[in-house]
Amino acid sequence: MTTTLTKAVVTSDKDGKRSRATVPPLRPGLRKKGWRESLAGYAFLAPWLVGFFGLTVGPMAYSLYLSFTSYNLFSDPKWVGLGNYVRMFTDDPQFIQSAQITLVYVIVGTPIKLAAALAVAMLLNYRDKGAAFFRSAFYAPSLIGASVSVAIVWRAMFNTNGPVDSGLSVLGINVGGWVGNVDLVVPMMILLAVWQFGGTMVIFLAGLKQVPKELYEAAEMDGAGAIRRFKAVTVPMLSPVIFFNLLLELIGAFQVFASAYIISNGSGGPAGMTNFITLYLYKRGFADGQFGYAAAIAWIILIVVGVLAFVLFRTQKSWVHYAGEDR
Amino acid sequence: MTATALVTTGNPAPKRRMKRRTGQTIIWMIGLTLLTIVVIYPLLWLFASTFKPNSEFGSNQGLIPNAPTLDNYVKVAEGIAGISMWTFFSNSLILAVSAVIGTVLSSALAAYAFARVKFKGLGILFTAMIGTLLLPFHVVIIPQYIWFQKLGFVDTFVPLILPKFLATEAFFVFLIVQFIRQIPRDMDEAARIDGAGHARIFWSIILPLVKPALITSAIFTFIWTWNDFMGPLLYLNSPENYPLPIALRLYNDQTSASDYGATVTASFVALIPVLLFFIVFQRFLIGGVATQGLKG
Repeated sequence: MTTTLTKAVVTSDKDGKRSRATVPPLRPGLRKKGWRESLAGYAFLAPWLVGFFGLTVGPMAYSLYLSFTSYNLFSDPKWVGLGNYVRMFTDDPQFIQSAQITLVYVIVGTPIKLAAALAVAMLLNYRDKGAAFFRSAFYAPSLIGASVSVAIVWRAMFNTNGPVDSGLSVLGINVGGWVGNVDLVVPMMILLAVWQFGGTMVIFLAGLKQVPKELYEAAEMDGAGAIRRFKAVTVPMLSPVIFFNLLLELIGAFQVFASAYIISNGSGGPAGMTNFITLYLYKRGFADGQFGYAAAIAWIILIVVGVLAFVLFRTQKSWVHYAGEDR
Repeated sequence: MTATALVTTGNPAPKRRMKRRTGQTIIWMIGLTLLTIVVIYPLLWLFASTFKPNSEFGSNQGLIPNAPTLDNYVKVAEGIAGISMWTFFSNSLILAVSAVIGTVLSSALAAYAFARVKFKGLGILFTAMIGTLLLPFHVVIIPQYIWFQKLGFVDTFVPLILPKFLATEAFFVFLIVQFIRQIPRDMDEAARIDGAGHARIFWSIILPLVKPALITSAIFTFIWTWNDFMGPLLYLNSPENYPLPIALRLYNDQTSASDYGATVTASFVALIPVLLFFIVFQRFLIGGVATQGLKG
């Protein structure tokens, strides 16, 4: 990420210099007034700076400290060193289970959701007639997917004798409800995530619109079939967008909370199968008052997400193509 | 799937080509319509179910209620746990409107600084801002909660509103930055020659020009705040302070077996403002998402 970001900043600076150079009289004045310019910048940035240090950096530092303590909000934090982290991996089967189902949810759910989003985006990109309508219809779930209302609907739909169950039994498949079923409740949660493919699809669609039509025409002339064109034109041209979506979806998937909470009535059941990491953190910290332990869980999440993001950024050179680079 | 199948069919004579295209379009339309029905079905089911009497929930899983009734709406209007629906609704409204004002103001200020002012540390701070976009909220909620608790703000709206005035949602700062970058610099250079300062340029030139980005941010903020569950769950204890999502939990917990109709109907009522916003502003929302993913 750092590479793309600094690049973005640098280009804007370049632009700035270029346009400033076209207005010569401004230059000397601006240079003298450099400190005033900086002051103005910080003035505009003041609310963000307060929020950034007061609500992000400060809390991060404090939660790192708390993660090495035992703290219940009422007595002073007691230093326990790595105790919380050791306990997590050696003496807390609930944490292990929570981490496992969350990883399954993230690693299975995200690619399915991205594939669905890309497939539908390509379908919509194929013709213009009515595409705007379909695009809006598919986008709607993304906007409300994380709401309590939708979680309640989802639970009702996948409950024993609910619409999905009765629909399947017509086809001769009897699963007997998904919500209470240890094997089916995670797939049900993944379906809920995939159902919200619309936001990702919209970004893919915008990316597809920018792929030059000539590339497809040229590939077709060379006798490339649909699959070949997908591999040789669509995927490389779209790779920055795929990268962006993959990154944001992975991180977003770790944070599933409201639906897991509502579907299991806050319990994380059946048998801990909806006890996703955020729900587990909530229960340990805010229900049991083990704030030090919860902070340690939070840091493990941050480390896992950080490593995932780092690996993605490291691999991006091999498969993400930015326009204007090589070629 | 239809697309690939259709594209690979052979080379028909030119005269037939028109016919083939029309045929393809029809199949394409039908396929997408079916998909739309699948995607929208849960919402249709929710709406239809609000008219079902409680006795029907066990037997009728279809869309059409056998004996349509408005009883559920009457029950929901009466409220729950001695608190009227209007209280929950107005709590949600207060939270969402304050969040919109705070987020739009503070994000626009920060975005202007990032996009148009040259100050020391710009690069590092901009990277840090983008970094918060990728930061899981887990690491900050515990200390934030502890601090707000020590300050005596638990069970008030302060912890839910204050952060919005501090541009904590990087998504919107970034969105507005992207938008400001598209505005030619000549305009503010000209204003500057005429003696305008940053405050003036921000207020009179940039703000009016980025209105679409501000509207997008406002609508998203409204909907996200309206739907937010975890924040109110952490900070609000008294039912008379509950916004709708937490109030829905009351229905869900206390009456899930006995009063299915009221639960489902309250869920639908909670979604109405969001759905209305979506129908009216979908172009802004989709446009906002699309530009967000495509930098440069």
